Amino acid sequence: MEKIEYSKKVMQHFLHPKHFGEIKDADAVGEAGNIKCGDIMHLYIKVADGKISDAKFKTLGCAAAIASSDVMCELVIGKTIEKASKVTNKDIVDYLGVLPTLKLHCSVLGMETLHDALKKLRK
Amino acid sequence: MKTIYLDHAATTAVDGTVLKEMLPYFSRRFGNASTLYTLGHESREAVERARKQIAKLINAEPNEIFFTSGGTESDNTALKGAFLANAGKKHIITTKIEHPAILQTCKWIEKQGGRVTYLHVDANGIVNPQSVANAIGEDTLLVSIMHANNEIGTIQPIEEIARICREKKVMFHTDAVQTFGKIPIDVKKMNIDMLSASSHKIYGPKGTGILFKRNKIWIDALMHGGGQERGLRSGTENVAGIVGFGKAAEIAMQKMKSEGEREKKLRDKIINGLLKIPKSRLNGHPTKRLPGNVNISFEGIEGESMVLMLNEKGICSSTGSACSTGSLEPSHVLLAIGMTHEQAHGSLRLTLGRETSAKDVGYVLKAVPEIVDKLRSMSATWRE
Repeated sequence: MEKIEYSKKVMQHFLHPKHFGEIKDADAVGEAGNIKCGDIMHLYIKVADGKISDAKFKTLGCAAAIASSDVMCELVIGKTIEKASKVTNKDIVDYLGVLPTLKLHCSVLGMETLHDALKKLRK
Repeated sequence: MKTIYLDHAATTAVDGTVLKEMLPYFSRRFGNASTLYTLGHESREAVERARKQIAKLINAEPNEIFFTSGGTESDNTALKGAFLANAGKKHIITTKIEHPAILQTCKWIEKQGGRVTYLHVDANGIVNPQSVANAIGEDTLLVSIMHANNEIGTIQPIEEIARICREKKVMFHTDAVQTFGKIPIDVKKMNIDMLSASSHKIYGPKGTGILFKRNKIWIDALMHGGGQERGLRSGTENVAGIVGFGKAAEIAMQKMKSEGEREKKLRDKIINGLLKIPKSRLNGHPTKRLPGNVNISFEGIEGESMVLMLNEKGICSSTGSACSTGSLEPSHVLLAIGMTHEQAHGSLRLTLGRETSAKDVGYVLKAVPEIVDKLRSMSATWRE
């Protein structure tokens, strides 16, 4: 059994997330995850002048999933849609410093939610 | 910040009196219990005194108590030892909600050519004795059913099950790690052939346990060597650990009734308080339940998050969520009682003990609803 221990940075984003909540008039809402694994992420984004002006999340999941969601919002706010679409799970992990191996899928979930939101935005 | 320890099903702190009893056996009384001089005799006497203290707690004979390294070794010895000593019978009956020490041992036995039936339990986690009777066949060697479940606290009707086994001449083993010293056990009256127990769950030291084995039951040893523990468990006795376990058993026996009643009241106070939270449910049987066990699921949130946030408030707890176990599957026990994956992921276990106070309960009843609210406000699936 692998030991699960979170870094200070993960705990900080988990305990004090800056970007949780909904955007009522969001331009797109991305969704990813499944209830069976216990992780579901929703990402709300608002676009102004070709840039992501605001992003908020709602996540059912563990500390890594919540921290990844918060960081994902942090990473895309202020970016052009073009640049935001290049954000990957690796960027989320790099921002957090380290994630336990078993929790890497939480950062992937973050990326999938973002890509889903951007796909819906283009439609 | 004060630590409020509510994970007594995982382990307990060594009682002060127990530690005091143990200390001389690390230094001044260090003798090997198998030697002929006085120093060795003193250790032997201490081991035999502990054997009596432990036997008394379950109404066994002292020579039916075998010291091991803990519950896991006792479970392994009971099942593998019975399997290896009885070549003709290959069938074992157990349940889907056993501790991994039983389930993984059963998997090993299957690899060696054994056959194992894993019985279902009902929504409260109870095994139907009739299903045990129905599963017993010609080549059934042993039935192993835990006395109480470590996660949901449900107490099994083992007296009824053991009676069926005795009538059908099948061995009955019970993993009593969670009940030993907490609720009454009488191995004679209850027709128990083998029983596993552990010291560190009853305020004794870690690394010590027992297997109770009735004298008429024959099993093979797993450890071979100097022939200690009448050949069933070779290896120099862990004298200090055994002394501690004996003392812990003696104290547990004195306190069982009053402490059980006290914990039950606090337990029900927590259960009733937490069930006021909308979309929460109690896991396990409401009354046939360990005095100190609370296990509740909250919809829309995940257990690991809850445990970590409670830790920030100084509360030690546990969960059946996959996210905390190092696998992607939630607790096999919660799934076996028919819960959905989502419900299992949202479970919280609090297990009370001797130092749990009414004040602690008040603190918990304030902290948990706050955390549930906070996590629900962040959750993708929660709608008011």
